[in-house]
Amino acid sequence: MTATLPAQSEHPSPSLQPQGWLRYFSFSVDHKVIGLQYLVCGFAFYLIGGALAGAIRTELVSPLSDFMPREVYNQVLTLHGTVMIFLWIVPVVNGAFGNYLIPFYVGARDMAFPRLNAVAFWLIPPAGLLLISSYFITGAAQSGWTAYPPLSITTPASGQIIWILSVLLLGGSSIFGGINFIATILKLRRPGLKMMQLPMYCWAMLGTSILVVLSTPVLAGTLILLSFDIVAHTGFFNPGLGGNVVVYQHLFWFYSHPAVYIMVLPAFGLVSEILPVHCRKPLFGYATMVVSIMAIVVLGLVVWAHHMFTSGTPPWMRLFFTIATAFIAVPTGIKFFNWLATLWGGRISLNSAVLFSCGFIINFVLGGITGVALAQVPFDVHVHDTYFVVAHFHYIVYGGSVFVIFASIYHWYPKVTGRLLNESIGRLHFLLTFVGFNLCFAPQHWLGLNGMPRRVAEYDPQFAFINQLSSVGALLMAISTLPFLWNVIMSAFNGEIAGDNPWRALTPEWLTSSPPPVENWKGEAPLVTEPYGYGVPAEQLDLQAASGRDLWSNGR
Amino acid sequence: MILVLGGLWIGQNVNLLPVDASANAPIYDELFRVLFSIGTILFLGIVGLVVFSLIRFRRRSGELSDGLAIEGNLPLEIFWTAVPAVVVLFIGLFSYDIYERMGGMAPLDHAAMDHAAMDHASSNQGSGSEQRVWGGIGTPLLTASEQGTPVSPLPVEVTAMQFAFLFRYPKGDFISGELHVPVGQPVSLSMEAKDVIHAFWVPEFRLKQDVIPGQPTVLNFTPTRAGRYPIVCAELCGPYHGGMRSTVVVEEQDAFDNWFAQNNKITATDT
Amino acid sequence: MTTLTPSETDLNLDHAGETHADHRMFGLATFLVADAMTFAGFFAAYLTFKAVNPLPAGAIYELELPLPILNTVLLLVSSFTFHRAGANLRRSMHQRCRLWLLISAALGFAFLVSQMVEYFTLPFGLTDNLYASTFYALTGFHGLHVTLGALMILIVWWQCRTPSGRITAQNHFPLEAAELYWHFVDGIWVILFVILYLL
Repeated sequence: MTATLPAQSEHPSPSLQPQGWLRYFSFSVDHKVIGLQYLVCGFAFYLIGGALAGAIRTELVSPLSDFMPREVYNQVLTLHGTVMIFLWIVPVVNGAFGNYLIPFYVGARDMAFPRLNAVAFWLIPPAGLLLISSYFITGAAQSGWTAYPPLSITTPASGQIIWILSVLLLGGSSIFGGINFIATILKLRRPGLKMMQLPMYCWAMLGTSILVVLSTPVLAGTLILLSFDIVAHTGFFNPGLGGNVVVYQHLFWFYSHPAVYIMVLPAFGLVSEILPVHCRKPLFGYATMVVSIMAIVVLGLVVWAHHMFTSGTPPWMRLFFTIATAFIAVPTGIKFFNWLATLWGGRISLNSAVLFSCGFIINFVLGGITGVALAQVPFDVHVHDTYFVVAHFHYIVYGGSVFVIFASIYHWYPKVTGRLLNESIGRLHFLLTFVGFNLCFAPQHWLGLNGMPRRVAEYDPQFAFINQLSSVGALLMAISTLPFLWNVIMSAFNGEIAGDNPWRALTPEWLTSSPPPVENWKGEAPLVTEPYGYGVPAEQLDLQAASGRDLWSNGR
Repeated sequence: MILVLGGLWIGQNVNLLPVDASANAPIYDELFRVLFSIGTILFLGIVGLVVFSLIRFRRRSGELSDGLAIEGNLPLEIFWTAVPAVVVLFIGLFSYDIYERMGGMAPLDHAAMDHAAMDHASSNQGSGSEQRVWGGIGTPLLTASEQGTPVSPLPVEVTAMQFAFLFRYPKGDFISGELHVPVGQPVSLSMEAKDVIHAFWVPEFRLKQDVIPGQPTVLNFTPTRAGRYPIVCAELCGPYHGGMRSTVVVEEQDAFDNWFAQNNKITATDT
Repeated sequence: MTTLTPSETDLNLDHAGETHADHRMFGLATFLVADAMTFAGFFAAYLTFKAVNPLPAGAIYELELPLPILNTVLLLVSSFTFHRAGANLRRSMHQRCRLWLLISAALGFAFLVSQMVEYFTLPFGLTDNLYASTFYALTGFHGLHVTLGALMILIVWWQCRTPSGRITAQNHFPLEAAELYWHFVDGIWVILFVILYLL
């Protein structure tokens, strides 16, 4: 039921909402504002998490524990993991890009529940501040982002309880976001737009949000039980009181394995949006991409105990989870082959967005290969809880999700700000990041295979040189943020004006001004039935041909 | 073709692992070589494709045309669904075989019962034979049958605490800070922690098992190479987790017997 | 085009001044799926403890059936009465609707009282043993949900008043939402009853 009120889009909505830059500090219900709030807030936490990583790598330059007290080191590594996961990647790939793009893609003016959207965002800054301030006030949690009991019950309680509260708030934010995405994608599509005509990012967000809604509450319940153990001296996970610590691990990983897909599936979706535009070719294999996403969602819920192969798990359980985990490689592999096929035969612009996307492909394939290896229980028995695992997951979350976040910023910055980022600085940023990242994490595979466990401040001196190499890589990664920040800030004032559609793209967000108006489009939302309608059909191939087919239908 | 051969060569010749010192370590290394080869082939292949595409299909300046409008290719898609599925299936089955040869599928209760049998003479607690084993790696059945008569493993009770490992030899009723074992003889570790979760890891054995408070676990192995190897705690257990290490001394049977006799409390003579 | 009342404009008007269908029930249902998963985690923990963690010798964990059976009846009846309230609202019979709402709230509070009585007469406390802790965690978490639900019924009862209440036959979302939530809480109780008391 559409009751269009004509010519009233000029009339400002009867709101007391601030205009201009103050919007971004207010309880705005505009999905574009909220998306940017998520992005900037998340990036600030990325810098904090990065500083924590810098502290870790500085400590590891020498085999002795000589940079900071050991308890502090454990707090630093706990905060590093928690901040990066819950305050940077999950909010940004879901909340930032999801909120900004999904309404455009479904042809809506906003998300299904705009106020819930704002609530979900505004849970994040206080939860983050609470977590970080715990370091300065009572001491932060020291048991890793995994918070295994009994360690989490025996370390100082105040830091751990604050950690639990913070994660509960962040989990709640995530769940609210998930509810919003599911409702928007399923219910708010523009008339005439079918599910199989949606841009792939919508399918990725739908799958991710299903995982969020099903698995995050289990983490909430688990942390509530853990907090009871700490505060009320119950014995759920306290062996001294009859409890079972392995049950905690099962409950924790039931969420935390899908959590990695929550971090990575949206990134997959974003790459599917970026590559076709700059390769001037349709996304290869749309239907199989959709099926792969759903297969990953289903499989992702039944593989959690591969994080527990050396724990209190009997042989039959270890075998089951090995087999289940190995299967996930198949739909994931399909997606990568599809992206390779999208690149093949294209007219690829070698801009920063494409470079970071290709960096993603290379890094994530390596991470995926070590993942298949880790899925095999006999292999994992040797490398579990070593730097091999640290290397693996950093290839996935950094080499994967963070590279895609950068690619997405280069791709959508013109839409959001109306100006282009500087390409030369962008390429420098890519080079520094790619080299620094691989220098930091590739050697860590060897460290794990040869005997260096994780979460340690002191280690066997034979590993000193490789650790120093890794720390140099980390330094490069830190330095690489500088040209990026410079670029983002300077281009906002001096960047080349982008216009509506600098990439000549076909998806709905490019079919409006840059930046878009509050209502997303002046007039009716466009109906894009072929979001990847690039490319010249074989029979019409003409080397002098102008830009691609426009199958943008105006409502027919 | 070159890619496949190159990958296989790398897998065979690039040595990334420490020396092998237990019966299951070469079995593990076999698996590692296969995974490494397949991984190298796949990785180099994909990197090659990406780099090639970026060069060959890059947009020249001034070019405004689009690429080919290919949206799918069913035979190709079936191929690259089926091949990874087959490869993954192969890896899975191969890993199952490896794990079995390492002793991973052996029933854990046998290991516990060995300890209970050893223990009943010296222990005064009745919890031995009823104790549930919550996880671990047992003895592969081959070891026993290869030698004709089943060799009962040397039992050692491992206690992990913040921040040390203690090794109790029930046959001699003494406790040692180092784990001494004779070459070639199966050993059965029965492990429990006193406070938080720790883990027992010997990189040269390629074996690791969490040591959990309130939930005993087992780890069986047969050392094959004399030497001193580190025992590393591999589960965050507190601030000194990085310093929580011990040593496993694998020695010839005579040397071990000497050491055992020197420490043995049951047969100790008054001095 | 019907005249839009102020409350409808608040809720459904978007940035371009267009209205769209009300998806809030769908959103609530998704939220209840998430809530169910929290309970699922607790149930999984309870069942696992029961399967692999035997009670130490001398630990007491005994449950009597009469009070829980009463509780089940109370909740099931209250779901029925709530449904009647909704039916009456749809026919704009506000007085009857409010009567059924009060009965539902009363039944809900009776459930809570009965639960308290059970708590005080149980032979074990929160920290006595693993099963005891899990029992209190589960029933406590559920009781929290009942409390919130009963309070929501009272708020709905207040807003159903004529002439100035905001809930009408046209704007019946708050009552529908509270009703769905209440049925959910009822459903969780049935599962809880089976798992904790019958198994």
